[in-house]
Amino acid sequence: MKSNSIYFRAGSATLQSIPILVLAAASVSLFLFALDFSPFAIIRAMAAGSLTSWLKFSQLLSIWVPLLLCSCGLLFTFKAGLWNIGIEGQVVMGAIAATTILRLNPTSLPPVFTIIVAMLAACVGGSLWGLLVGILKNRGGVNEIFGGLGLNFVAQGIILYLIFGPWKRAGIASMSGTDIFARDLWLPMPVGWRVAPAALVTAVCAFALTWLLLSHTRFGLRVKAVGLNPEVSRLFHINPDRYGLFAIMVGGALAGLAGGLQVTGVYHRLIPAISSGYGYLGLLVVMLANYKSLPVPLITLFFAWLAAGSIQLPIMLQIDSSLSGVIQGACVLSALLVHGLRKQRKG
Amino acid sequence: MDISPGIFLAGIVASAAPLVLAALGETLTEKAGVINLSLDGAILLSAMTGFVVAARTGSPAVGFISAAGTGMLVALILVVVSIYLGQSQVAVGFALTFLCRDLAYFLGAPFARTAGPQLSIVPVPILSDLPVIGPLFFQHSLIVYTSFAAIPLLWFFMYRTPQGLILRCVGENPEGCWARGIRPRKIQTMYTLLGGALIGLSGAAFSLAIKPGWGRPQGCEGMGWIALALVIFGGWHPLRVAFGAYLFGFLQMGGILLQDVFPAIPAPIFQVAPFPLMIFTLVLVHLGRNNTGRKRLLLRLLSGDPPDALGKNYRQA
Repeated sequence: MKSNSIYFRAGSATLQSIPILVLAAASVSLFLFALDFSPFAIIRAMAAGSLTSWLKFSQLLSIWVPLLLCSCGLLFTFKAGLWNIGIEGQVVMGAIAATTILRLNPTSLPPVFTIIVAMLAACVGGSLWGLLVGILKNRGGVNEIFGGLGLNFVAQGIILYLIFGPWKRAGIASMSGTDIFARDLWLPMPVGWRVAPAALVTAVCAFALTWLLLSHTRFGLRVKAVGLNPEVSRLFHINPDRYGLFAIMVGGALAGLAGGLQVTGVYHRLIPAISSGYGYLGLLVVMLANYKSLPVPLITLFFAWLAAGSIQLPIMLQIDSSLSGVIQGACVLSALLVHGLRKQRKG
Repeated sequence: MDISPGIFLAGIVASAAPLVLAALGETLTEKAGVINLSLDGAILLSAMTGFVVAARTGSPAVGFISAAGTGMLVALILVVVSIYLGQSQVAVGFALTFLCRDLAYFLGAPFARTAGPQLSIVPVPILSDLPVIGPLFFQHSLIVYTSFAAIPLLWFFMYRTPQGLILRCVGENPEGCWARGIRPRKIQTMYTLLGGALIGLSGAAFSLAIKPGWGRPQGCEGMGWIALALVIFGGWHPLRVAFGAYLFGFLQMGGILLQDVFPAIPAPIFQVAPFPLMIFTLVLVHLGRNNTGRKRLLLRLLSGDPPDALGKNYRQA
């Protein structure tokens, strides 16, 4: 009984992750010492850049929101045993779907209603783009990694076409994106905030829902069964192809929602780099979480802190901001190494 | 825009050279049954290493060697953590892609937009004076000639030598190879490292010849993913993979020209055209697998199956 309690599992998971953290911290510190940088000064600068005021912390949260949404989406696909590399494309298609609704902007309807419809459209857009990957896999025999990769490029082509073609800015088309939406179509943001409260609530609810669905429902159990052993799940009358499709559609919907929120809540227009690589970063997050749900909010918060804090590094210490990516990569590689060594020892 | 067809084609041939090298390196790796997903980051990291070393030593040759070494080092990490420690090749490769990309930007930041050497054009005597063929094939830098040579060499090695047969066997059936007294892991390690060296050369080909210089962005971002897609498009066959690389080069360059013909279509569309094409080919291949009759010949030309053991770690007894 005790070994099944959530506290016990959380405790043992924390203990198991200590070697990973030590290895990652040690290797990054050694690397920085070798280059004659002080890790302590860097941590201090990153904390100063992201934790010292609510304005800065809310900036961090504005990175946390899309990252958490993408990671939640990826939890579904990973549990179903799928490598959803197509998530970047799903974010982009969600953003495009939301922009379509916002550009229509039916003035007869209240703006709140338009925004909600746009967010639903974003979910549908991402979900359909995910469905395409799933159908290609089930019916066309195209591995989801290759199909997803190809569709990412296609989505990038579509967004560039729209920004440089039909949706181009009045006057001249440019990489800076489409025209800015009317102000009442922005997600409301209090003064002194950098993140829309509605977006924050959406992300938290999405995570709670993901966790509930995956660990407390029959649906979640079936998705996991398909991921662990598709052949055996077939014997229990669970169709692996169908549950794979469900998983990738839910994942796509969450990724699309992230794209939609970036459009209404952050940029207030469609830009070519709307996904900002959060989809790919989400893959790293879920890998570092060892494909489990509960560590995801913390890891995304850590990654968001690295991303937000590193923006200050070039100004304060003349260090390139790509250091955050180096630390994130080192963490994931350390985790893979530690898991590998553990597996080796068990034989 | 007025560009003579000769210069246009020569430009395609030259600009596709790094892509040819990277895609061939990945073909070699995948034929041995290993997916090296670190391609995109590894190209960027070796582009940075190649540029910085060449700038410091003044010798592009040393730059190319160190870039190849960088590519091999990345491949070595992949091999150790996946093949020997049993972690998913996709996971390790993916983590490495991002680590290498940011490492390249971080370490290369002090050298961004600084002057550095660049490979000179070495025309082949006599041959370069030939009409049409001369400028097309014989007025390039050494790395472009290397990319020409690599295509038939790799094909010959893979399909006409005993070592090539072993390489393909390991990718299809490692258990069978083990039973015949071949060590699958050793073979996989060897070819993953060799493929990594080619990927490294491709990085230096960008920073020292095709898009000379280092900066953020360097200009070769995303090329690794494209090379990865080309391997699939080419059905894991070196000749078709190389053809895909030139087709991509053509579409990229063609986008500039075709824009004049079809002004309504923005240039980026031509650059993503290969990808729906790739997916379409894969679907065709799958649908045609069980069909019989005349359709088969056409499909056989297009089709290519992935190696059977691709991405699965072989657990040695």
